[in-house]
Amino acid sequence: MSQLLKIRGLKIEGRSDETWNPIINGVDLDLNKGEVLGLIGESGAGKSTIGLAAMGYTRDGVRISDGSVEFEGVDLVTASAAVKRGLLGSRIAYVAQSAAASFNPAHRIIDQHTEAPTQHNVSSKADSEADGMELYRRLRLPNPNEIGFRYPHQVSGGQLQRAMTAMAMSCRPDLIIFDEPTTALDVTTQIEVLAAIRDIVEQFDTAAIYITHDLAVVAQMADKIKVLLRGDEVEEADTRTMLSAPTEDYTKSLWAVRSFERPAKPAINVKATPIVSVQGVTAAYGKVDVLHDVSFDIHEGRTVAVVGESGSGKSTTARCITGLLPPRIGHIEFEGVQMPLDYRKRDKMQLRQAQMIYQMADTALNPRKTIGETIGRPVEFYMGLTGKEKRKRVEALLDEIELEPSQYIDRLPSELSGGQKQRIGIARALAAEPKFIICDEVTSALDQLVAEGILKLLAKLQDELGLSYMFITHDLATVRAISDEVVVMKDGVVVEQGPKLDMFQPPHHPYTDLLLSSVPEMDPDWLSNLLESRGVDNIGDAAVDKM
Amino acid sequence: MNAIFTIIALLVAIAACGWVFRIAGQKFTQNRPYFRDMTFGVAFGYAFAAFALVALIWAYLQAQSSDPLVANKYFFFGKAVEGFLIFAVAAWLFRLLGRAVGTAGTRKLFRSMPLTASFGVLIIILYAIVAIFAGVIAPYGQEEILGAANVVPGGDPALGGNPEFPLGTDQIGRDILSRLIYGAQNTVGIAFATTLLAFFIGGSLGFLAATLGGWLDQLLSRVVDALMAIPSLIFALLLMTIASVWSNQVGIPLTYFMILIIAVIDATRVFRLARAVGSSIVVMDYIEAAKLRGEGLTYLIFREILPNATAPLLAEFGLRFCFVFLTIASLSFLGVGIQPPLADWGTMVRDLGQFINFAAFAPQVAVTPLLAAGAIALLTVAVNFVVDWMLHKSSGLKE
Repeated sequence: MSQLLKIRGLKIEGRSDETWNPIINGVDLDLNKGEVLGLIGESGAGKSTIGLAAMGYTRDGVRISDGSVEFEGVDLVTASAAVKRGLLGSRIAYVAQSAAASFNPAHRIIDQHTEAPTQHNVSSKADSEADGMELYRRLRLPNPNEIGFRYPHQVSGGQLQRAMTAMAMSCRPDLIIFDEPTTALDVTTQIEVLAAIRDIVEQFDTAAIYITHDLAVVAQMADKIKVLLRGDEVEEADTRTMLSAPTEDYTKSLWAVRSFERPAKPAINVKATPIVSVQGVTAAYGKVDVLHDVSFDIHEGRTVAVVGESGSGKSTTARCITGLLPPRIGHIEFEGVQMPLDYRKRDKMQLRQAQMIYQMADTALNPRKTIGETIGRPVEFYMGLTGKEKRKRVEALLDEIELEPSQYIDRLPSELSGGQKQRIGIARALAAEPKFIICDEVTSALDQLVAEGILKLLAKLQDELGLSYMFITHDLATVRAISDEVVVMKDGVVVEQGPKLDMFQPPHHPYTDLLLSSVPEMDPDWLSNLLESRGVDNIGDAAVDKM
Repeated sequence: MNAIFTIIALLVAIAACGWVFRIAGQKFTQNRPYFRDMTFGVAFGYAFAAFALVALIWAYLQAQSSDPLVANKYFFFGKAVEGFLIFAVAAWLFRLLGRAVGTAGTRKLFRSMPLTASFGVLIIILYAIVAIFAGVIAPYGQEEILGAANVVPGGDPALGGNPEFPLGTDQIGRDILSRLIYGAQNTVGIAFATTLLAFFIGGSLGFLAATLGGWLDQLLSRVVDALMAIPSLIFALLLMTIASVWSNQVGIPLTYFMILIIAVIDATRVFRLARAVGSSIVVMDYIEAAKLRGEGLTYLIFREILPNATAPLLAEFGLRFCFVFLTIASLSFLGVGIQPPLADWGTMVRDLGQFINFAAFAPQVAVTPLLAAGAIALLTVAVNFVVDWMLHKSSGLKE
């Protein structure tokens, strides 16, 4: 095999507060023709920065301070703009995380597809259009001859991601950089894109750098894996060795994340009054019903996970419970008492009972308020505490979420990491001393290690305070880790519900089955086995459509 | 025809210089990436900038010529270059001072400050001092008639000046320097009050519309649309004419009416901004959390939304201040604004306007109306520099 990409001693710095701070501290990387390298690590590890540097490119305010990036013997760090122009797009291509944000919404997909081949004089516009359709067919996009003539907003997210892969392939490059291409997708869509990408990379013998934070995904895609931590390489090995016998502690801790699981609790006393009871709720945005006759109970000290793909009505159900979207039919009971449907008609004590933790901690905390103010407000508002007593309570709450009070109480949200912000969101919910908390995708924006910490904290708080959770998620690993009961939703309807143990064992509803089987596992043969057992046309959105 | 040929020949010469510059750069720096990847357009730009600089210096030297005919031709240009250099040095020194003294916070602020912003801050501080202490600084009263009319600025008796009146006197013998200083107090003070009022009206209504939405939002927005559809200066002129009749009947000074009228007209613009900024904040999860907590409208607007809207509003405040200021100056120029004998820059430009006809042969005389106009321009430019800087900071861009 011949060497395609050779990175030596790569050092990258980023500018902040008028000084240059290191982002990457000397990383080496080798890639042969037709080989797929998986780059994994937490956010901030420098994965994307290395991915871009492999093209000799850096974002604004970032510079390559040392080292070389040799692509077939040409050093891209020192190469002239003209040389780079010749390589990028034709020999090296890039697939970004969000295809929806990367396509120009004003042009048809096929016109954007043909741009690179015609610019690089690889083929004529007509030839590359025909080739595009061929690629769409190979990537199993529906209506391959027609889909290219649509605008980006007219196709779904998963299809767009595949169209982008096709676009990267348009000049038959030797190297493609995939930057988290499936992170923003649902599990059933993800598996489709994964299968398509792997297929086409193998067919054309293309080398690839696959950047992701999802270990199970990288296990399916990569020949070898490199683990990064804060700009340093932790270790590199081929996929099977890495998965079965990681040598470094950090890698082991990454691997261990998925093993967190709470012990099962005794069966529910069915006669007890549930904390929250959703009864026959049908709700609509405008004239269109988005929830149809949804009913489930949440008992004291239990976690009910609501699972489904985006658009299945999980968050809408939460909006009905909190009263932001009053249901059209049906009602909500808290401890056997019927609640006013609109939150504006609920009194302080009723509002206090149901608290919410949001997915994006960035938008859930007021950026201009210190942590003390954010947590202190519900304490003052509901409990009437002021001055020293309020401060004491805030400090106790910070202790509870495992942050040092004296250090954090006067900080602004921008001075915290993602996981810490999410903890503040939890503390704000706890400050109201509720019995019931809605957790809306609270871990999906976080790295796996950090997410695990949040899940453990939530479990601990549940044991100590007897809280009930409604846990909205699309990640079945999270469900397995924390839930007691599971509600599966699809298109605004509850497809299946019951205790967790029953849900993870067959037989189940075909949709639950599809969801479960679409979750990538750490086994590198998982995707191949799945494709073999289900067939190419029986995975992903195609299978959902058949239902 | 000749002029066109000259321009073409000049451009070709500059292009050739640019070409040579790039080649030379590549040769002498051993093909450094900067020169190697330089496009011809950039090289042309460098050559053009160099040519413009040479032309500037030549024109400035002409202004210093001993032949009064040549010197007069370039008189204003020479003064502009001197003013520019003096202000640049002053701004630079001011920034150095700001970096050396003060608290850690202000020093950090000055370190990140571009020269334009420090110029703006310096000018605003100077104007504020002059406006506040006008009574102490001004050598004469604003209404005082001193006998000697039409004294030429400059204080040089040979050219018709008088050292007692460094900026000369107007047609009825009032000291222009004193009137400029009092004008700062009147014009700037009234503009500031008007802008504050405009922001109070526009801001609170805008946030209210954003938070409540529905029919109230519709009603307020359509009323604002209707008000904005009328050309603002003509609308203000119309209302001022009506108000001038009222003010005589009721006995309230016209200035109060002027403040109210301009504030309402400008509040429509503030309303638009506050509503747009507010509605993008209202959809945030932390607002939802506050609503679900059961917070009232006042808390939502003043404690949750307002702190996040201060940056754009503050930037708009600076810009709006300029417009209000110019509107007052224009109204005064048209004769319905600040009433004589109060000194006001707009009125001063109007009163002394005819001297501009002397510009060609006696530039020292023509300077008189330009002093007040310059005072307006300087403040407007300074405020805009500061606003630009604040916008840049609040947008979080890095250069």
